[in-house]
Amino acid sequence: MSQSATDPRQFRAPPKKPLRLSWADERVRAIFWQVLIVGIVIAVVWWLVRNTQHNLEVRRIATGFGFLNREAGLPIGEALIEYTPASTYLRALMVGVLNTLKVAVIGIILATILGTLVGIARLSKNWLLAKVAAVYVEVIRDIPLLLQLLFWYTLLQGLPGPRQALNPVTGVFLSNRGLKLPFLDWEAGHSWGLLAFAVGCCGLYLFAKAMRRRQMQDGQPRAIWPAALGFLIGLPLVAWWLGGAPVGIEWPALRGFNFQGGMSVSPEYFALLVGLTTYTAGFIAEIVRAGILAVAQGQWEAAQALGLRPGVVLRQIVLPQALRVIVPPMTSQFLNLTKNSSLAVAIGYQDIVSIANTTLNQTGQAIEGIAIIMLVYLTISLSISLFMNWYNSRIALVER
Amino acid sequence: MSDISLGSSVAGVPEAAPRQPPALTTGPAAWMRANLFSSWLNTAVTLVMAYFILRWALSFIDWAFINAIWSVPNNQTQACRALKGSDHPGACWAVITEKHRFILFGTYPYEQHWRPALVCVLFTALFVVSAMRRFWRWELAIVWAVTLTVIGVLMWGGVLGLEFVPQERWGGLPITLILATFGLAFAFPLAIMVALGRRSSMPAIRVLCIAYVEIIRGVPLISLLFMASVMFPLFLPEGINIDKLLRAQVAVILFAGAYLAEVVRGGLQALPKGQYEAADALGLSYWHKTGFIILPQALRLVIPPLVNTFIGFFKDTSLVLIIGIFDLLTAGKTAIVEPAWQGFGVEVYIAISLIYFIYCFAMSRYSQNLEAELNRHRVR
Repeated sequence: MSQSATDPRQFRAPPKKPLRLSWADERVRAIFWQVLIVGIVIAVVWWLVRNTQHNLEVRRIATGFGFLNREAGLPIGEALIEYTPASTYLRALMVGVLNTLKVAVIGIILATILGTLVGIARLSKNWLLAKVAAVYVEVIRDIPLLLQLLFWYTLLQGLPGPRQALNPVTGVFLSNRGLKLPFLDWEAGHSWGLLAFAVGCCGLYLFAKAMRRRQMQDGQPRAIWPAALGFLIGLPLVAWWLGGAPVGIEWPALRGFNFQGGMSVSPEYFALLVGLTTYTAGFIAEIVRAGILAVAQGQWEAAQALGLRPGVVLRQIVLPQALRVIVPPMTSQFLNLTKNSSLAVAIGYQDIVSIANTTLNQTGQAIEGIAIIMLVYLTISLSISLFMNWYNSRIALVER
Repeated sequence: MSDISLGSSVAGVPEAAPRQPPALTTGPAAWMRANLFSSWLNTAVTLVMAYFILRWALSFIDWAFINAIWSVPNNQTQACRALKGSDHPGACWAVITEKHRFILFGTYPYEQHWRPALVCVLFTALFVVSAMRRFWRWELAIVWAVTLTVIGVLMWGGVLGLEFVPQERWGGLPITLILATFGLAFAFPLAIMVALGRRSSMPAIRVLCIAYVEIIRGVPLISLLFMASVMFPLFLPEGINIDKLLRAQVAVILFAGAYLAEVVRGGLQALPKGQYEAADALGLSYWHKTGFIILPQALRLVIPPLVNTFIGFFKDTSLVLIIGIFDLLTAGKTAIVEPAWQGFGVEVYIAISLIYFIYCFAMSRYSQNLEAELNRHRVR
């Protein structure tokens, strides 16, 4: 039996005072204020709702989400799922959500890479590199994102037309119609390869976990890289080969007034992606820099004194500690990037805000339109925060 | 013992050869060796970067200064267009020369432009005065109230012999400054109340504050602005119509309030628990405790992050472009709608960026200095 369990002070609850109906009783006051404030909030909301109902009646606007099944009739330039102007509003909004996710996911990945590089560059011993990174961060963070997006978009629009397209590398064309890249002539074999890669990732994760468990038992480190090679490269290659080993590559070519074939990146998407990536990277760079600086110099020295190689020091000693500082603010940057992707509406990229806005203008369903926008963003924000909180709790310091 | 002196050589030990002073440990050459050419990799990085920086800098100077056109007569932009298509492209700063009054002040009556100009100066002066620590006392609140009133009088007019200018004609930089400053002035008290509410012991109030903060922070500012522009009129009783600028201002205040509340909450949490308990032990009431003990310390802790939030928020006012309010960015975008000036967006955007950059950079430098100053007692 431990000392604290037998300590009578641990058991004795504070004496319970009976609730007196008097202003001097703190609990009575608390209940009074809460009832008052909640009452005011309910009254205001009720007042707003009643006004809204009245206004809607006067303007003869029917509420409800019935309009979602009507024909949208709005053209959408780029869609990840099949869409025609004859499709329903629901379909159009789904296209919008997917377009938002497309720019947010790719933007988060690119911004993390660029931001980490810039953050490390700012700590470089090379004076020139550190200064260039510092200037980048200062300039990019002090100019509104919307202005940067308009700037990039104007710059892209100022490029020559498809006939005089810039051609920096064979097969890559940059014109005012966007960026054209050569792409694989997609066949079943590629899909099999991709699937095998996904399976390989899962397999490698399980394998690495098993190996780590065995290392914990006998202390012998085991090499994982041969298995990684097999899982991540071998398996997809075999699947691709079994799928017929397709090798065709589709090159963009000028036909008529525009390019045909290959992968196409619209100028709107390109401007939005470049703007979001460079802007968020400026903030991520500062977070990464702060995270690395937060690891005490003694940690590096102690690890070196133990005879660890520099790569191991970075991976096993410094990075896990830096990540604890980096992950929480990084989460809010990812959320910011996602929310900032709503600025797409200013340069004509059809994300959820743009499509919902057109929808509410066409149908007059203002409340539903804005509710949809807010719901979509709340869902995305919540999912990112849940995932990052889970990740954060995994890497958090295990304390007593 | 006393016969051993520094000058005498010990018998048997040969005299050391006179040594050269260590070469290259000071001076520019040593600095370059340490910071630019310390290893093969560093040398390569330095050379590659220097090459690209020089190339870009030279072509930028060519474009922005040497080949640039600074003014054209009577909106005749042919020379600019010819320059744009040529082999040595140059900037057409004529668009700024011609349109700068419009970009800065929008559609405000031309002969009255001194008024918005004075307003911008007043705002800037107000920021500078508020930034100085020697003025951090309660009289500052009076200065703010007086200045904001003067600004209102100058913008609207209608008294003191000033011509009345309706709100629809305001535009440009004053709108940006008004949205940001009034937004802050109202969002800040709101944020303090919400932050206190979120740490309150009353569950209903806590839930309300959490819901407000999390919902606002979970949606983009644009959706709030849309709400202000299309949904707000539906909320109000028939016949009452609130100006568009005011509606946007309300959205901005609600938005900023949620973000500032989180910063303030950080300060409240960072304060040692002993401060709360000591205030309780003295028998102070909740408001005395909060006003005299907690807030003065908590706010001081969070001044640097507050300034950073202000910067973000100053930049975010540019989003009102999307609902068509005539701020600095909208004015710039409108200036190049005119056919004669179409296609000179890059020049205009660079000029506007410069204005935003000056304000934001000043604030960010100020926040860094302040942080260093406030943390001086922690640095050993």
